[in-house]
Amino acid sequence: MYPAPFEYLRPATIDEAIALLVTHGEDAKILAGGHSLIPAMKLRLAQPRYIVDIGRIRGMSHIRETAGRIVVGAMATHDAIERSALLREKCPLLPETAGHIGDVQVRNKGTIGGSLAHADPAGDWPAAVLALDADIELAGPRGRRTVKADGFFVDLLTTATAPDEVLVEIRVPITSAKVAYEKTEQKASGFAIAGVAVVVEQGGVRVGVTGVAAKAYRAKAVERALAGQSAPTAEGIARAAALAAERVEALGDIHASPEYRLHLAEVNTARALRRAYGN
Amino acid sequence: MSKGNREVTMAGSHKDEVSRREFLEGTGAAVVAVTAASTLGAQAPVPGALETAPSAVEDVPRTRISVIVNGTKHVLEVEDRWTLVELLRDHLRLTGTKIGCDRGECGACTVLLDGKAVYSCSNLAVWADGREIVTVEGLARGGRLDPLQQAFIDHNAPQCAFCTSGQLMSARALLNRNPSPTAAQIRSAMVGNLCRCANYPAIVEAVLAAAGQPNGGAR
Repeated sequence: MYPAPFEYLRPATIDEAIALLVTHGEDAKILAGGHSLIPAMKLRLAQPRYIVDIGRIRGMSHIRETAGRIVVGAMATHDAIERSALLREKCPLLPETAGHIGDVQVRNKGTIGGSLAHADPAGDWPAAVLALDADIELAGPRGRRTVKADGFFVDLLTTATAPDEVLVEIRVPITSAKVAYEKTEQKASGFAIAGVAVVVEQGGVRVGVTGVAAKAYRAKAVERALAGQSAPTAEGIARAAALAAERVEALGDIHASPEYRLHLAEVNTARALRRAYGN
Repeated sequence: MSKGNREVTMAGSHKDEVSRREFLEGTGAAVVAVTAASTLGAQAPVPGALETAPSAVEDVPRTRISVIVNGTKHVLEVEDRWTLVELLRDHLRLTGTKIGCDRGECGACTVLLDGKAVYSCSNLAVWADGREIVTVEGLARGGRLDPLQQAFIDHNAPQCAFCTSGQLMSARALLNRNPSPTAAQIRSAMVGNLCRCANYPAIVEAVLAAAGQPNGGAR
């Protein structure tokens, strides 16, 4: 199926991309890996008049350690993240999450920046970047700014990114191996019905939940229940996990009812916590 | 121009002007062409010649690209909105690549882009500019089937066969990276290729056989 006609633009630099976004405003859409946008365009759910392909801009797919932080370029593919030796050693939640995304074909082309900017409520990356308390770097005509993951996801398919901004990189802390991502997926697409990412740190834990509500969220009630505990009991984990969807309005669709999503949020939170704590 | 090389030299869409009979004949010709191509080697178009791709809609934005498909370089003007699978099927007449779900889930459209398995339905044709594509038509070399193709035949891996070309391309990408995968690694690498006939056991057997694994020949 052909998408509606559009004009394809291929900037060579981030500044050129921003200039195109400023010129064309709401008529332009950034194309990263395309695995969300192109299907949406075929269905006419999106009909941009200009496509700004940032795939040929150099220096946007790096994965490196800088000043004690892990920095991942927006155009790093899920596959590159899954295979990164640096990440396996220093931020293992990222490669673990990448391995859960879609399938080989999707991981070969899909990018972390594209996935985050699209903010699909069932995407996997939102759970991971929330649990890692990531900094998300945006570049626009007014310069660069950093948004915390917790403030990045605004609503269904909506982020803090302005229409004239480009998501350029993600920065996360170096972590121990006490991390886990547990997910129940929709089989054909691999999208999360309920996915829970957990990062255990000194004196606390962060929990990111995706697939359950209109936007991914931090399960802060779970985090509070486990604060200060370095080795919670199985009962303590179960009690905390029961708070995974506290005050959350769950989505319902053909794949899962709201009640089932709430149930899976608790189950996967408990599983991820048990694994991350080594319990 | 003989029918034998038209998939290389005619890039335009002829859907509107061919009858069903001509279409079916064309399909047969394409099969002949593939056989001929694998016997005769790549049939390169005139170097530097621009292959035109007429469109029903004249004023849509277009971009000139250069791609290598199954070893043959093509310089074409494509509509910006064409996906890679539409370029391959509708304009290069390489209909071995199938469109199933058309939204990046079923795997029927899988091709190799710079050696990696991708969904050609979810990649724009302009994206392939400067890159190399291998489709199922490019697997056989010099009149000999790829070992994967032979193993698929020997192990009855295709049932209805609609998914087969995609399965073959995912398997080829896997074997290029890991020449001796386990059955579990094969299932994991090919999770993006759905088979409505659910003939997965035979597909895994075939890939194991092609990889020279002993349990592949158990049947």
